[in-house]
Amino acid sequence: MSKTIIEHSVASETFNKDEPYVDWHDETLWFVRQKRDKSSKLLPEWEQLREVASGIKNYVLSHMDELLIAFEQKAKENGVHVHWAADAAEHNEIVLNLLKQNNIDKMVKSKSMLTEECHMNEFLSKNGIEVIDTDLGERIVQLRNEPPSHIVLPAIHLKKKDIGDLFHEHLGTEAGATDPQYLTEAARQHLRDKFLTRRAALTGVNFAIAETGGFVVSTNEGNADMGAHLADIHIACMGFEKIIPTQKDLAVFLRLLARSATGQPITTYSSHFKKPRDGQEMHIIIVDNGRTTQLGRADFRNSLKCIRCGACMNTCPVYRRSGGHSYHNAVAGPIGSILAPNLDMTKNADLPFASTLCGSCSNVCPVKIDIHDQLYKWRQVLVKGGHVPQTKELGIKAMSVVLSQPRFYQWSGRLGRSLMRTVPFMVNNGMNPWFKQREMPEPPKESFRDWYIRNRKE
Amino acid sequence: MTSRERILQQIKLNKPAETQLPEVKRFDSLYENTEDKFIETLTAIYTEVIVVKDYAELAQKAGELYASVVNRATTIPALGNWADFSLNNPDPHALEMIEIAILQAEFGVAENGAVWISDAHLPHRALPFITQNLAFVIPRKAIVNNMHDAYERLADTTGWGCFISGPSKTADIEQSLVIGAHGARSLVIFLLEEA
Repeated sequence: MSKTIIEHSVASETFNKDEPYVDWHDETLWFVRQKRDKSSKLLPEWEQLREVASGIKNYVLSHMDELLIAFEQKAKENGVHVHWAADAAEHNEIVLNLLKQNNIDKMVKSKSMLTEECHMNEFLSKNGIEVIDTDLGERIVQLRNEPPSHIVLPAIHLKKKDIGDLFHEHLGTEAGATDPQYLTEAARQHLRDKFLTRRAALTGVNFAIAETGGFVVSTNEGNADMGAHLADIHIACMGFEKIIPTQKDLAVFLRLLARSATGQPITTYSSHFKKPRDGQEMHIIIVDNGRTTQLGRADFRNSLKCIRCGACMNTCPVYRRSGGHSYHNAVAGPIGSILAPNLDMTKNADLPFASTLCGSCSNVCPVKIDIHDQLYKWRQVLVKGGHVPQTKELGIKAMSVVLSQPRFYQWSGRLGRSLMRTVPFMVNNGMNPWFKQREMPEPPKESFRDWYIRNRKE
Repeated sequence: MTSRERILQQIKLNKPAETQLPEVKRFDSLYENTEDKFIETLTAIYTEVIVVKDYAELAQKAGELYASVVNRATTIPALGNWADFSLNNPDPHALEMIEIAILQAEFGVAENGAVWISDAHLPHRALPFITQNLAFVIPRKAIVNNMHDAYERLADTTGWGCFISGPSKTADIEQSLVIGAHGARSLVIFLLEEA
């Protein structure tokens, strides 16, 4: 679990070595962003829907305890077992114990970013439990011993040739085969066998409804349902912020979720679980793992409104050009960068700096989280807390000295321009981070200030 | 103190000042023709919509569409003669053999092509997922405009229900759309006029 963490900027540099690959990654995600745009523009009430969703989620934050208690009571009435886990370790123990009690050592799992956050698969595997991820993208990265690189599109960093080679090795597909139809069919056969033979299924939770005690799981593939309806025991894991007040609120969130994520009007399956089927056991694990702390941070609590659509990643110029793995966190991209420091400030101090603060993330967020403002605010918290490397701190201090003294600033500008003209190699070298992956621009002849003074005189 | 108590106590301490729910939480979608919109949405997600007059025409169409298919199951009594696979087995794993299931569902949603199906009409929850091909039958009149209208109809839900919109799909390999991930490889929706 204690893997060495490579800082985002360093990991991005590796990612950027293969230029055509980065271009492809960038364009693929931008295409998804465009699908979101088209789809959202078909709804005249889109902006109002975002406003309403944000309002409901604000209500949820301020009534969290009451809603969770109501949910628990209803769920119990429905015959569902409810468990509470203070942290990742307790969550993992609960899952392990449920499996042990039922003498189960093999389980299928549909997408759950919470179990990624808790490193559950690793823990269960060490305890003799085999976990098979059943979402196609997740199965692909699992076979590669990698975490997902995107919360909605787990294998978006891979080319079909990579997947063809992987399936040839693990699923016995023909060598060199890259046809997505053929590869998907092979995975379908491989996973159908797992669905039919596993007695336990774990799913995530997209929305938990306080009013009914039910919960909704959204997939396109149908893997959550295939697992849950064939298994003797269904375990659903949720961070406590997944709660919403009433069933009708689902209309607002389901209208926003898939349109924001992939541009679809809704996912293929929006499965509403309320009671276990006859003879089945259903368990819900409500997890904290730092969420109560985040709820107490006035500047950052809004991050708990997230519905995990991934729109902020698809639009982010830094995510698109650095890839999800560079963020070394279960949730990558802009939203991951404001969630991760709450989990561990030292390990994740680099992430809020992995942004241009362009604000595109906040503009596409379906629940109106002020993501770029929070990125900016985290930087200040992290620097003050001493979590940022000294070089970065020195740079910021030097910048502050220059920018706070107009004469010094003017002199520095002149010096910089003349250096770029006369001794370009002093600037155009590997020591200058602005020279990486790009040429330096032609230095202007004069500053705007000089130009302005000259023209005013004329 | 249990984790439950600790979490709830921490939430109480840390939660923000009280805010209220938005006053308006629903919107109307105004389509010229709800059924046309429903069909248009479904066509875009590889789903065929067929209007049938009555159960006799449904049986005839089902016969034509799935003529050479074996292991046909249904929850619709009028298709009893058409089906050759019994749903009476209590073990859902037995459903794995089913090639086509024609199932009674409740209503459709025009904005996204979703159809609601629930325990109320299903002997097995696994059925709409495990069958290789799927068809729903809903009353022609039972199409609402959008999800707000849908949840107004769903004031009370059973133990389990699902909105299903199109056949199962994935784009996890280089964003190439493939129909038939883990669930149904094809979906047909019959709109029944006399229901």
